[in-house]
Amino acid sequence: MTDVTAMTATQIAGLVATGAASAVEVTQAHLDRIAAVDGRVNAFLHVDTDGALAAARDIDARRAAGEELGPLAGVPVAVKDVLTTKGVPTTVGSKILEGWRPPYDSTIVERLRAAGTVMLGKTNMDEFAMGSSTEYSAYGPSRNPWDTDRIPGGSGGGSAAALAAYEAPLAIGSDTGGSIRQPGAVTGTVGAKPTYGGTSRYGLVAFSSSLDTPGPCARTVLDAALLHAAIGGHDPRDSTSIPAPVPDVVAAAKLGATGDLSGVRLGIVTEFGGEGAEPGVTAAFNEAVDTLTKLGAEIVEISCPHFRYALPAYYLIAPSECSSNLARFDGVRFGLRTGDDGNRSLEEVMSLTREAGFGPEVKRRIMLGTYALSSGYYDAYYGQAQKVRTLITRDFTAAFERVDALISPTTPFVAFPLGARTSDPYQMYLADLFTIPSNLYGGPGISVPCGLSDGLPVGLQVMAPTLADDRMYRVAAALESAVGTFTPPAL
Amino acid sequence: MAAISREEVAHLARLSRLAVTEEELDTFAGQLDVILQAVAQVGEVAAADIPPTSHSVPLTNVLREDVVTPCLTPEEALSGAPDAEEQRFRVPRILDEDVAS
Repeated sequence: MTDVTAMTATQIAGLVATGAASAVEVTQAHLDRIAAVDGRVNAFLHVDTDGALAAARDIDARRAAGEELGPLAGVPVAVKDVLTTKGVPTTVGSKILEGWRPPYDSTIVERLRAAGTVMLGKTNMDEFAMGSSTEYSAYGPSRNPWDTDRIPGGSGGGSAAALAAYEAPLAIGSDTGGSIRQPGAVTGTVGAKPTYGGTSRYGLVAFSSSLDTPGPCARTVLDAALLHAAIGGHDPRDSTSIPAPVPDVVAAAKLGATGDLSGVRLGIVTEFGGEGAEPGVTAAFNEAVDTLTKLGAEIVEISCPHFRYALPAYYLIAPSECSSNLARFDGVRFGLRTGDDGNRSLEEVMSLTREAGFGPEVKRRIMLGTYALSSGYYDAYYGQAQKVRTLITRDFTAAFERVDALISPTTPFVAFPLGARTSDPYQMYLADLFTIPSNLYGGPGISVPCGLSDGLPVGLQVMAPTLADDRMYRVAAALESAVGTFTPPAL
Repeated sequence: MAAISREEVAHLARLSRLAVTEEELDTFAGQLDVILQAVAQVGEVAAADIPPTSHSVPLTNVLREDVVTPCLTPEEALSGAPDAEEQRFRVPRILDEDVAS
C-alpha cells in the first residue's frame, strides 16, 4: 500500500470502503506522521490517540458487519480547538481554558462522528480565533510547512498546517473574518467559509456571534465539498441556523472539475485593485483570471464602493461582540480562577483571572469593543459600523445581479515571517482585507490555491451569494482542474 | 491628536474587568490609538438614513416545541468549575464585609 497520508480524503474513503485498507491502518499512519513531523509544525494542541483508534476500530467493525457507511467513513479529520469535544481538552488557544474538558460535543463534532470520520485531535489557533498567524496562541505558533520560519495564517493556522504537512487529509476551521480562507491561501490548501447559518455554531466557542462560521478545510476542492456536506445543514440548537437544505456542493465540485465554466460570469472588484496586494500575489491572481477565461468564464469588473470600509467596520463590530461574549470567562463556571485568597471580592478575583488568562490581542479587542459600545461613542462607532454593514450587503446584492460570483486574491500577501507583524496589531488586521466583506454580508467564500509567488502559495477567493455555496465550489474546482494542487517541499 | 488617552484605557480596563499592569497600559494606549484612528474611517460614509444590520440572517423568534430533551447532569455542569459545593458554583464573596455581616 502506498503512503495513505499523501492521499485525498476521497481516495482514503475508497480504500476503506473496498477493504483495501482498514480505518485503523489509515488512522495509525496519520498518527505516525503527526509523531514524526508535528514537533516542527505544532499544528496540534492535543492528539487524541486512544479516541482516534477507538473510533477507527468502530468503523472497521461496522463495515465488517455490512453496515452502509457514508462517503467519508474511516477518513481522519483534525478539528480546530474552538469546537467543544466531550471529554477531550478544548482550550481555544487560551490559558483561560487550559485543561478544560467540555461536558458536551459541538454539533459539528457530532456530525463528524455520524459521518464515520475519525477525529485525530485538536488544532492550534490564535487565542479565541483572534489573529491571522497563530502567533497569538497561548501555546506557541504553528509553522507553515512551506517554510517553517513563516506563519501558516490564522486564526485556523493549525488546521491548515496539518493539511499541508500531510498530518490529516481533512480539517475543520471557523471563519469570522477570514480564519479559514487566509490560512488556506498561505499554506496552498483549500478552505471554505459556508453561508452564515449554514453550519451550526452550537458548541463553537463564541468570538463574534453574528459572523462566526465553522467550515471545511482540505487539500482538494472535492474533499472540502464532501466535508461541507457532512457538517452542514439546519441545527435546532442554534437559533441562527438557517432552516434550508445545504446546496449540493459535492455535485457542484464534480461539475467544476470538468473544467467547463462557459456561461459563468465572474466579477473582479474594482476597489480591491488599488488596495495594495503585493506584486507577486497580483501576478498570480491575474494569471488565474486568464485561466478562468480560457475555461469559458466571462470576466467583468464590478464596483463595490463600500468594500473599502469593510475592515474598519469589522474591527468595530467583531470586538464589540467579543467584549460581550467573553464576559462569560469570569472564573466561576469553567476554566481558570486566579487570586482567590479568601479575602478578595468576586470582582477582584474576576479581574485578576481575566488578566492572567487572556493574552494581549484578546485584551485589546475586549477593550476596543467596550469602547465602541460605551454611551457617547456607540452611535459614531458601533452604530455607524452596522450601517456600513448594510451598505456592504447592498454592494454584494447589486453585484450578484450582474455576475454569478466575485473573485479576488484571498489575502494581500503570502505567508510572512514569524514575528513580522506582532508589534503593530493593525498590520496584522490587513491580512483579512479581502475576506472580511463576505463575513459582514453573510455569504460564502472559498480560497483555492492558484499559483506560487517566490515559492510560496497564493490563494484565489471566490465569493458567492448567500445560500449559493455550490457556485463557489464549481468555480474553485474548475480552477483546480487547470492549475492542479500544490505540494510543499519535504519537511 | 490621540484618539484615546492612557486614563481612558485604564477606565476601559476596569469596565472590562482586566487588572492590567502599568506597562500594559502604556502599550495598549498606543496600540488602541492607532486602531481607533483607523476604524474611525467608518465616519466618512454618509449613512444617516441607512438602517443598521446587526445580523445577516433575518430570523426572529425562533422557537421549539416545549418538550423535555436530555441535558447535562449537575455533576457534568459543574465538572469544569474552579470551585463547587453542594451542586452549586462556589464564588468569592460578592458583598462587602460590612454589608454582608
